[in-house]
Amino acid sequence: MTDALVAPEQRRRLRPSGGQDRVFRVVLRLAGTAVLVLMAMVGTFLFTKAISALRAAGWSFLTTEEWEPDSGRFGIAAVLTGTILIATVAISIAVPLATGMALYVSEYAPARVRRILINMIDLMAAVPSVVYGLWGFAFLQAHVIGLARWLSTYLGWFPLFKVTGSDPRDPLATETVYTSSTFIAGLVVALMVAPVICSIMREAFSQAPIGEREGAYALGATRWGMIRSVVLPFGKGGMIGGTMLGLGRALGETIAVYLIISPVFVIQPHVLQNGANSVSALIALRYGESGPMALSALMAAGVALFLLTLVVNFAAGSIVARSRSGAESEA
Amino acid sequence: MSTETPEVRRDTRTIASDDILVALGAAAAGVSITALIFFWLAPFSGLLGFVLVSFVMFLALYAALVWLDGDGPAVRDRLVGAIVHGIAALLIMALVFVVTFTLFKGYKALVHLNFFTQDLTKAGPLEPLTVGGGLHAVVGTLEQIGLALIITVPLGLLCALFLSELRGGFTRFVRTIVEAMTALPSIVAGLFIYATVLLILGFEKSGFAASLAISVMMLPIMIRASDVVLRLVPGNLKEASLALGASRWQTVRTVVLPTARPGLATAVILATARGIGETSPVLLTAGYSAALNTDPFHGPQVSLPLATFTLIKSPQPSVVARGFGTAALLLGLVLLLFIIARLIGGRGPQDLSKRQQRARTRASARDVTRFTKRAPRLQQEENNSE
Repeated sequence: MTDALVAPEQRRRLRPSGGQDRVFRVVLRLAGTAVLVLMAMVGTFLFTKAISALRAAGWSFLTTEEWEPDSGRFGIAAVLTGTILIATVAISIAVPLATGMALYVSEYAPARVRRILINMIDLMAAVPSVVYGLWGFAFLQAHVIGLARWLSTYLGWFPLFKVTGSDPRDPLATETVYTSSTFIAGLVVALMVAPVICSIMREAFSQAPIGEREGAYALGATRWGMIRSVVLPFGKGGMIGGTMLGLGRALGETIAVYLIISPVFVIQPHVLQNGANSVSALIALRYGESGPMALSALMAAGVALFLLTLVVNFAAGSIVARSRSGAESEA
Repeated sequence: MSTETPEVRRDTRTIASDDILVALGAAAAGVSITALIFFWLAPFSGLLGFVLVSFVMFLALYAALVWLDGDGPAVRDRLVGAIVHGIAALLIMALVFVVTFTLFKGYKALVHLNFFTQDLTKAGPLEPLTVGGGLHAVVGTLEQIGLALIITVPLGLLCALFLSELRGGFTRFVRTIVEAMTALPSIVAGLFIYATVLLILGFEKSGFAASLAISVMMLPIMIRASDVVLRLVPGNLKEASLALGASRWQTVRTVVLPTARPGLATAVILATARGIGETSPVLLTAGYSAALNTDPFHGPQVSLPLATFTLIKSPQPSVVARGFGTAALLLGLVLLLFIIARLIGGRGPQDLSKRQQRARTRASARDVTRFTKRAPRLQQEENNSE
């Protein structure tokens, strides 16, 4: 035995990967470069096209409400505010729902129900947005007026919920002021993004370490005590990340919004009132207009939306990456 | 010690039976009080209001009942439990309602078999549902998604392998760009193809242009999902393969890909589901036609989401019914894809089917015979060294 240890070991020849591997690497690098070039092309093309419109409009692009590119008066003040309002309504409805659902699935549901629910939520996240839009257009639009009127009647002192041009005490007052509003579009988008948010939150909650859960129970915590002291702090990153990802989806949603709103080109802060707009709906509405200026202006609006979702997505990514969630995955 | 009474088996159930009684009692009382308010005391009406007020009443009564024989933490625990259950029920009901609403409304058009065999050329807005159908949209959807898959699957999987297998600054850069592009709103992807392929290169609106737009949107999603799956392959498996002398390519082919196969299939299929259902890029690039067009390279070609979007805006009930029919078909297609994804991706790498298990057993038996063949020589070497 000792001989074997003392004997000078022959230096092994570390063959740097052979021809097969070199080809493999080259192919992978080519694929990566191709994707990079494609993506960079999309980005730079959009930006260069947008710049000519931005140059024509200058800073007023951010402050103008109208959209008349051919006469040179166009800006995203109205549509961008509309987009953000719809997304805000959607997120403020979707997040509580998704949190409750995720907590139910990861903490309360029996094992058998849990598997079904997980599959169901994931399926709902895959349902095409046009189906949600269809539901909002054909069903919700007509049935949510009562809720909208109630909100505006009793919470109308809150500026966002005010509805002008309607008297709640007049039983014969027209109800059309409550249709096609930011609120209805937000409600539909909320249902659309809730499964997405929920599925990320559930993932984060279910990764809360079992040792700390049992520790909390052993110290006498109730189930809610355990959730508050272990699951929620642990899943905080996942919650914020999931919310931001849902926000990104909500900002970019086109079809469901387009089907519901009646577009207006003024800043419309009354979310319950008829008339709303969003950047993506604007593009879907006006893309057919010929003329390079109109198209370039739409590109500029699209780029502004893209930058917004980009910031939201990267913020989400960095928050999820920095949180403790998933720290145990590399075992 | 033995004279003591035998230890009574403890009840480890998490729900005590009187909890259920308390909850049921509170629910009954909540509904009754709400009914009293709504029908006798106050001029309230509306189903939604009734349900909401009932739930609030239930919560208050439940808290009071629990408080009778519990303390603050117990009350908070039960309240949160009740609220979480309520929210879960609400969300599930809403989501199920969205889907069944579409299926139910689409049923009217789908029962006529001509819906699957005809297009809409002969079906004017006033024709009954027994004429015309959604065949052209189904064909369009399948061709467009097929073309998009031909572009995105090889490119996407290779790029995901590139991101997970190679290290370095370039890889990080590509990953950042891909992650940035997942934020690209689908309508902007459509606008890009509209501006380049249609306006600058001068192609006409066609299924191919639509599939390009879908590809631009799907590619980052697919790469990102596959990259996540590939990075979940345990590092020690890869290291074991490399330590046995396998090259990188062999490791990828025999260890990484088989381990990640279910996850990769899921990533591809879920990206496909996203691509199939996306309306906005198609809206800008495919054009609309009521006729069956099997050639994706020439002429406008409609797909299921676009047909739904267009038909649903019509004031004619039979056209709207056709729109619901195409939506139901689309939903069925997504459901089918999802089930396939779950069947493939449902099993982890360790979770084998019966047939796979037998195959593994046979392979293992082969290894045993191979080892025993070489064993005498190894034995001898060991003896020599001792």
